[in-house]
Amino acid sequence: MKGFLHFWRRFRRNRAALVALFVLLAITLIAIVGPYVYTVDPFEMMGRASTPPSKRFWLGTDVSGRDMLAGLIHGARVSLLIGIAASLCATLVGLIVGATAGYYGRAVDNILMRCTDFFLTIPSFVLAVVLIAIFRPSVTNVTIAIGIVSWPPVARLVRAEFIAQREREYVLAARALGMSDIEIMIRQILPNALPPVIVVSSLLVATAILTESGLSFLGLSDPNVISWGYMIGVGRTVLRLAWWMPAIPGIAILVTVLCINLVGEGLNDALNPRVQRR
Amino acid sequence: MSATLWFVIRRTLQIVPVVLAIAALNFLLLHLAPGDAADIIAAQSGGASAEFTAELRRSFGLDLPLYQQFFVYIGRLLTFDLGFSNVQHRPVFDLIAERVPATLLLMVVSIGFALLIGVALGIVSAMRHRSWVDSIVSVIALLVYATPQFWLGLMLIVLFSIMFGTLPSGGMMTIATDMSVWGRAVDIGRHLILPSITLALFYVAVYARLMRASMLEVYTFDFVTTARAKGLSEARVGLVHAASNALLPVITLAGVQVGHLLGGSILIETVFGWPGLGRLVFDALLQRDLNLLLGILFISSIVVVLANLAVDLLYGFLDPRIVHQ
Repeated sequence: MKGFLHFWRRFRRNRAALVALFVLLAITLIAIVGPYVYTVDPFEMMGRASTPPSKRFWLGTDVSGRDMLAGLIHGARVSLLIGIAASLCATLVGLIVGATAGYYGRAVDNILMRCTDFFLTIPSFVLAVVLIAIFRPSVTNVTIAIGIVSWPPVARLVRAEFIAQREREYVLAARALGMSDIEIMIRQILPNALPPVIVVSSLLVATAILTESGLSFLGLSDPNVISWGYMIGVGRTVLRLAWWMPAIPGIAILVTVLCINLVGEGLNDALNPRVQRR
Repeated sequence: MSATLWFVIRRTLQIVPVVLAIAALNFLLLHLAPGDAADIIAAQSGGASAEFTAELRRSFGLDLPLYQQFFVYIGRLLTFDLGFSNVQHRPVFDLIAERVPATLLLMVVSIGFALLIGVALGIVSAMRHRSWVDSIVSVIALLVYATPQFWLGLMLIVLFSIMFGTLPSGGMMTIATDMSVWGRAVDIGRHLILPSITLALFYVAVYARLMRASMLEVYTFDFVTTARAKGLSEARVGLVHAASNALLPVITLAGVQVGHLLGGSILIETVFGWPGLGRLVFDALLQRDLNLLLGILFISSIVVVLANLAVDLLYGFLDPRIVHQ
């Protein structure tokens, strides 16, 4: 608790991050309870097609007469869910690969890092497209695909942290006490290596949301749920007649991603105080 | 042999295992995909018997052990055989080869534009550290980082093609019967403006931020102090001494990001109907043409490997210390 208060005092100093955190909490709240409060089915045809924002439909209707506001609320769920889950997925893989490579060094490090470089070489978006095309778009598959293409930067970061820590006295002491490698990696080094990793994974949520929106814009989204990228794709077909239709979900993405990035910067200031930002 | 030549040879040989790994990944994905070539052709022939499908498998070598199939696959890749698109009824390699120039044109123009503007903004931000220019560049960078590129493209179409009507909204050239070579070039240039700005903007922000940070770091070095002590003007210190040294990390990053750029160009091409690889991906997705998709993944990975190689060689040229390591 004391640690958290200390962290909070540091985080609070970055005003932009503080505001962004509250906006983000609001978006999360909308994503969680929104569908229960605003009980319109985003797939149901409610009115005339392509109507501009009005009293009845606050954000207008889409090409099939579906309520845009309902779509936006349900889309928040999908974006945040996939963004967070994919980031966790990538962080987990990155932690395992990076920690193993950094802790053991030598041949293990060499092999794992060549693997990481390989994944950094392949155009990640194209790989995600191919993976989803092969395994069919579902929320789980999209999440896994984004996770698969996003772990390498985490692995590199974790590796660097582990290399910096592994020769420190406390690690030697732990080894002398007879702790196993796994125990040393998880209980001793990991807590010290975590702060920069937390920052990177928070920023990965933002990247994952952007990637998901691009994939669903191409039609690679779960057909059973509505997402912001899909709404932009639908609105694109009537760009000439109803520019607000693709504009609105795009603004939702922009605001969400902007807030995540700002919170990430705030986390960085609070967790890595030694690294000065210029 | 000279150190430079050794460096070039060593670095070039390093791409061989990477290319093999890319081939292995494609092979793996091909086998993970449900249904093989025999199934597809059997389905297209309408109601094929089990014997007929088995016969097809034998003739394609699909009944061989996996490692043997892999060698056959590598052998085919060496002759630029990426398989056959059963949807478009043409070799995958031909389909891709005719689209690559348009994508390369878009990528080269975008990255050139991004480097030019990004580096310039970065230099100005660093030389006017903590001024209003610096703040504005930082705020714009934050906004650009958060904007989905394809959506930005759509909004630019709304603004410049629909509302102002000044620029074409899509395609690569106007379909006109006769145009001089110069007229055609101008026409393609006009079609390039919106997609390349859309694609470049993200990288303008990235390079501006990096160039700024890199410049600020170089400013702390002794040779900058020496240059100032010699009485050189601040402009000369910044533009000549600091900037040329701060440029290296920017070039490295530009090389590393080629793959990312290619992914972005797929979305942008879809938005603007640009006839490159991106559009091909979109069409392949619509028609569930996996062979073609895998071919595109393979070729685009190779493009990235070659681009990285080119940047590394360029880097050795810009910073001779690398060659002698």
